[in-house]
Amino acid sequence: MDFTLSKEQEMARTLFRQFALNEVKPLAQEVDETERFPVETVEKMQKLGFLGIPMPKEYGGQGCDTLTYVLAVEELSRVCGTTGVIVSAHTSLGADPIKKFGTPEQKEKYLRPLVSGEKLGAFGLTEPGAGTDASGQQTKAVLNGDHYVLNGSKIFITNGGKADIYIIFAMTDKSKGTKGISAFIVEKEFPGFSIGTKEKKMGIRGSSTTELIFTDCIVPKENLLGQEGKGFGIAMQTLDGGRIGIAAQALGLAAGALDATIAYVKERKQFGRSIAKFQNTQFQIADMATKVEAARNLVYKAAIAKDTQKKFSLEAAMAKLYAAEVAMEVTTKAVQLHGGYGYTREYDVERMMRDAKITEIYEGTSEVQRMVISGSIL
Amino acid sequence: MKIVVCIKQVPDTNEVRLDPVTGTLIRDGVPSIINPDDKAGLEAALQLKDSVGAEITVISMGPPQADAALREALAMGADKAILVTDRAFGGADTLATSTTIAAAIKNLEYDLVITGRQAIDGDTAQVGPQISEHLSIPNVSYAEDIKVEGNSVIVKRQYEDRYHTVKVEMPCLITALGEMNQPRYMTPGGIFDAYKEKEVTVWGLNDITVDTANIGLKGSPTKVAQTFTKSLKAAGTKVQLDAEESANFIVEKMKEKFIL
Amino acid sequence: MSLQDYKGVFVFAQQVDNKISGVSFELIGKAKDLAADLGTEVTAVLLGYNVKDLADKLAEFGADKVIVVDDKALEVYTTEPYTVAMNAVIEQYKPDVVLYGATAIGRDLAPRVSARVHTGLTADCTKLEVDAETKNLHMTRPAFGGNIMATIKCPDHRPQMATVRPGVMQKISPVAGAKAVVEECSVTFEKNNKYVEVIDVIKKVSDKINIQDAKILVSGGRGLGCGENFKMLRDLADALGGEVASSRACVDAGWVEKDIQVGQTGQTVRPNLYIACGISGAIQHLAGMEESDLIIAINKDETAPIFDVADFGIVGDVTKIVPILTEKIKTEVAARS
Repeated sequence: MDFTLSKEQEMARTLFRQFALNEVKPLAQEVDETERFPVETVEKMQKLGFLGIPMPKEYGGQGCDTLTYVLAVEELSRVCGTTGVIVSAHTSLGADPIKKFGTPEQKEKYLRPLVSGEKLGAFGLTEPGAGTDASGQQTKAVLNGDHYVLNGSKIFITNGGKADIYIIFAMTDKSKGTKGISAFIVEKEFPGFSIGTKEKKMGIRGSSTTELIFTDCIVPKENLLGQEGKGFGIAMQTLDGGRIGIAAQALGLAAGALDATIAYVKERKQFGRSIAKFQNTQFQIADMATKVEAARNLVYKAAIAKDTQKKFSLEAAMAKLYAAEVAMEVTTKAVQLHGGYGYTREYDVERMMRDAKITEIYEGTSEVQRMVISGSIL
Repeated sequence: MKIVVCIKQVPDTNEVRLDPVTGTLIRDGVPSIINPDDKAGLEAALQLKDSVGAEITVISMGPPQADAALREALAMGADKAILVTDRAFGGADTLATSTTIAAAIKNLEYDLVITGRQAIDGDTAQVGPQISEHLSIPNVSYAEDIKVEGNSVIVKRQYEDRYHTVKVEMPCLITALGEMNQPRYMTPGGIFDAYKEKEVTVWGLNDITVDTANIGLKGSPTKVAQTFTKSLKAAGTKVQLDAEESANFIVEKMKEKFIL
Repeated sequence: MSLQDYKGVFVFAQQVDNKISGVSFELIGKAKDLAADLGTEVTAVLLGYNVKDLADKLAEFGADKVIVVDDKALEVYTTEPYTVAMNAVIEQYKPDVVLYGATAIGRDLAPRVSARVHTGLTADCTKLEVDAETKNLHMTRPAFGGNIMATIKCPDHRPQMATVRPGVMQKISPVAGAKAVVEECSVTFEKNNKYVEVIDVIKKVSDKINIQDAKILVSGGRGLGCGENFKMLRDLADALGGEVASSRACVDAGWVEKDIQVGQTGQTVRPNLYIACGISGAIQHLAGMEESDLIIAINKDETAPIFDVADFGIVGDVTKIVPILTEKIKTEVAARS
């Protein structure tokens, strides 16, 4: 088993790190403080192809593998969790289902602008009454001649309001339960589609998380993604990929908190010596570093599995579960090792700890991941 | 238009640290980068490619590891890459280096040769002008800006207290200042293409026409007599006081030294 | 001919707008030492147009002989005519040593000449001495940003050539009325492909001072936190009658202009007092200032390398200390006058 990155993956990591340090890190604190979507960063990433990394060249993508995409999300999240999730939601949830399930026409019309970054993508599954239980969808889609009419609402949608293209799930046949769910490609401009309340969040505060409202929203028939009634499967397979993106975000947050803590404990002095000289600090750092490395191995393995295996739900769930919990644990320890300063917004670890919490919740809570994992074992 | 850009792979001196005990440089784990002035030269070439169209060949003399610097140049948008490497080239001073690189460039068609002003590991600024002499073409050093006008290049040439606008006919050589532009980032797809689609051509001694008496250590007029770690002067007094006391301390010392 | 037939220490006496550059006098000062050790004399090579009357000035600073190439082609510096002239002088006079200032002109001309005459060239030397035994020139220069020093020799080629940065060598006190032997060297300039055309000369309109001339420098580094804090350094410098300088980090961050940068990629300075404020002291920076007579460093990191060269080091927050220091100095100055 080969754990080394290829030369091109190594160079790509260098690129992502340079970009993160030069362009993203300087904005991270302000973006969090003001809850501002970093539109200038998104524009820069668009120019550099960061919004189409694991996407086919024939549609204008970068033609890289999933692991390279994971490296991008990791390095961006290492300095800014907000930027990490913007890329992850766009790529894994917005573009990937069209790449996998779209018709050639749909790919030409929607995948091309998404992977070039000209348009931003998002994914709408969660509803007020359908969170972990995605089968409880209330949004309805009724076929009416050459178009569907959508009614209902979605909540907690990442990139909501900022995205141009949304993958929306709705019931086409309520009587069939999950087999009555269908997926649609919905443009921001479609009549009857509006953006609702923007959430005020604990972390990833620069990321735009909103409600989506559909009031007799007209969606052309050709925008049905996959077949009618196959939406639930599309959602679940998409989330398998999305979980790798979130796992990479969690990994990046943990690694970033570790970076900051290593620098801090070398600098901070108490009792006349740097706190790095105390065994408690040394052992804490050892544990944090080991867990980050273990998480990294699981996340990279899941990324490779997505490119080489038909099914990778188990790998993705394990990576997401573990990386998210490591992110929470490592960022919490990072704050503790920073002492009082770590509790202030002067230091990045405060933000990282708030950002980390969401990774245990969205795109399947840790409990859902445990269900997926145990379900495939037992 | 055909542009040749000369680049050198150098250790990132921003990352070089001193061993506090021995005072020597810790080079282990120091990343290698494209020399900053050379990267600005490459960016200038890429901008010409974007504006007027050009085929860009990057060339580097160095050990086999310099392949990575050339791949990076390809990932930024260069079209072709040549690595000039051979044990026979080793130990060269600037004159022998410029002789070797000029011999490699003679194998190519070119209108414009761009080098960086100087490399951060040697800081000599000699190789560019010396290459132009071997190629018998004009050179303009210290370029802040390069524009193409017909068969000429208009260069904004920096001096300490002024600049000249210089018109020079192609073929010619320009040395680029790092501050002339902000080099672009690579793209992820560019990186993958640089490794999977494009090639780095390797040239050794047998691929260029050069008098072996003028290359490598043997062909270098300058020889290193000795190297030594500069003995820093002994550290003075160091104090840790509050701000008020610190200011008093400095004022006292200035008085002692008759500055005040 | 043999190497022993090459005689004399030559200095390329750079002039711009018919004014001799300061580095030329510094080089002549050093050349006098070398010439004494070699039992030879110092020759200044003066290239330009209508520059003959500058020869006396070179004599006052120690030139025994001045070779002048006076031609319209040399009015404004361009590489090729200057190379042709230098090459002609070297061919005709066979100097043992040729020194150039490591200026924007010298660093262009010297390498081109070295390639044309096929000899060695050592850049940015900080020390030049004659080996007692071989009489070879030993040229010492910083390598790798300044920490490692390398002594270079050019044993089998002549002339032995070196460039030296401004501010490194010391000129002698001028001897009023000193005269040198002035010889005109006639050179033919024939235009060829290597000639370039200077379309325009734009002098930088700025009242910026030359930090190399300042006796006191207050220099800022990354530890200042932001560009605005350079204001407090300006205040301190004004109180002391000094100037403000900077480390490379602040130039890279866009806080200050590059022309006040001290260090390997900036300028070499040796003021009477150098106050390093929030400068960690990367080796590149130390290379440019450690010859200062007195160094005071303020930095919050007590392990910062700047403290290794500082005569007095203060571990503390520069942004808190400097304003207080400025006030105290103002009080001192006021009390004295």
